[in-house]
Amino acid sequence: MSLDKATVAKVANLARIRVEEEDLEGLASELNSILDWVEQLGEVDTENTPPMTSVADMQLRWRQDEITDGGYQEDIVANAPSPEDGFFGVPKVIE
Amino acid sequence: MGMIIQGATGDWEVVIGMEVHAQVMSKAKLFSGSATEYGAEQNSQVSFVDAAMPGMLPVINEMAVEQAVRTGLGLKAQINKYSVFDRKNYFYADLPQGYQISQFLQPIVGEGKLTIDLKDGETKEIGITRLHLEQDAGKSIHDQHPTMTLVDLNRSGVALMEIVSEPDIRSPEEAAAYMKKLRSILRYLGTCDGNMEEGSMRADVNVSVRRLGDPLGTRCEMKNLNSVRFIQQAIIYEANRQVDILEEGGEIDQETRLYDSVKGETRSMRSKEEAHDYRYFPDPDLLPLQFDDAFIEKVKADLPELPDEKKARFVSELGITPYDAGVLVAEKEVADYFEAVAKGRDAKLSANWVIGELFGNLNRTSKSLSESPVSADGLGELIDLIKDGTISNRIAKEVFEEMFESGKAAGVIVDEKGLKQVSDTGAIEAAIDEVMAANMDKVEEYRGGKDKLIGFFMGQVMKATGGKANPGVVNKLLKPKLDG
Repeated sequence: MSLDKATVAKVANLARIRVEEEDLEGLASELNSILDWVEQLGEVDTENTPPMTSVADMQLRWRQDEITDGGYQEDIVANAPSPEDGFFGVPKVIE
Repeated sequence: MGMIIQGATGDWEVVIGMEVHAQVMSKAKLFSGSATEYGAEQNSQVSFVDAAMPGMLPVINEMAVEQAVRTGLGLKAQINKYSVFDRKNYFYADLPQGYQISQFLQPIVGEGKLTIDLKDGETKEIGITRLHLEQDAGKSIHDQHPTMTLVDLNRSGVALMEIVSEPDIRSPEEAAAYMKKLRSILRYLGTCDGNMEEGSMRADVNVSVRRLGDPLGTRCEMKNLNSVRFIQQAIIYEANRQVDILEEGGEIDQETRLYDSVKGETRSMRSKEEAHDYRYFPDPDLLPLQFDDAFIEKVKADLPELPDEKKARFVSELGITPYDAGVLVAEKEVADYFEAVAKGRDAKLSANWVIGELFGNLNRTSKSLSESPVSADGLGELIDLIKDGTISNRIAKEVFEEMFESGKAAGVIVDEKGLKQVSDTGAIEAAIDEVMAANMDKVEEYRGGKDKLIGFFMGQVMKATGGKANPGVVNKLLKPKLDG
């Protein structure tokens, strides 16, 4: 597997991480090393091994349908950079 | 009937698939304990989980699982005892996690089917591809601040069922019928309130066109349509747009389009295109969702009778026409009301009264059934009075209007206004004699051969008795008297 500069730029953009043009080349090479390393796992025969979903042998915990949380508007927006009357205020996003 | 667009170069068939987002009826959210109720003050029903604060972990709500299984059973679908939650990654201001927890490769419900009701009693089966559970996003408000978008996370994390159909739909009418039937089933099941104005049900509609018999064409998706009317309008506009492009030798770009209900057109949402790279992967915070057959059986045990079965029963056991049965079962409250009226009574007559007089008066006064001043028992009493001959059908309509206005019982109105039907032959004979005496010229004409005048006399006698004379008795007595 091989990532080129354009793919790295796209992934960075999707993840909203700013990457300078001069850093793309180096990042591509680092990411490729990581991918190569992970791809080594493909050498193991997993034909008869079920997929592992968790390191611990346990089941998903379920919760009853009861209202046990919420009701603290001021805490929710406490750290927001520009709260507005209990809303989060964000730069205008409109289609 | 499928929709065919007649282009300059030949006929085009319209192919439609729907993805409906239905909000699950539950007290708390899919992965947190905050409330789901509509219309609360901004950010007052938000937990730290819903706001995606660092370190918060999702815990699944058993009710959401149960409701998804219940809906799956209602759609005659395969229930998957093992399903997996994935992260669907995209960036938007009202999605604090930066991803939506959804199900991608292994949904909780697999293939099923839904029967839609078309004009003149015809039906058609639409395949259901899958149903999966996912979180709703928050709400962005763009028009309440000059420079900012305001975000309310009350809806963030509310459980949704995304129900995906096969591309089996062929016309705007079928799409509307699909939406209506799905809504009806969800409401019967009690898994979604179906309130489209409040956004409890929204549809993404995929439209493509093709030459009859050709493979599927390239589709465009129209997002977030929240009324049956808009769905139909959007399909008509979009299908014609595609035909115009193809007829001029162009190609359709697979894309997301926005339906503008004010302008009545669809337009490209190019900004959304990149967001389509969702980079799904299994959510490491959640183990696979598993349950056993006993869980499914428990849900199955208290499934209600669904509209299709109810309709079939009304037709076969009560002798109601398929059309009327379809009208009566569309809403569960209507079906329950009708059954209460028809219990131990003439079902056809009951159906006529519910569909005719009751619906007519409700429509006229813009009332819903739950606001009806006439209860099922009240209407039943009125029908009993017709059946035992106390009042005629015509008088009954008058009594019904009065019941609807005043909320009084039928028996009380009949007594108060003295509307009791007169079957006493002496009184009716007297009325006939009176009418004949006042219209001797007409009597002569009748005897001279104008048979049709019997209708005139019938009317006059009914008028003379204030409509209370038993028409059957009048009929029997009138002719011998006229014949002399």
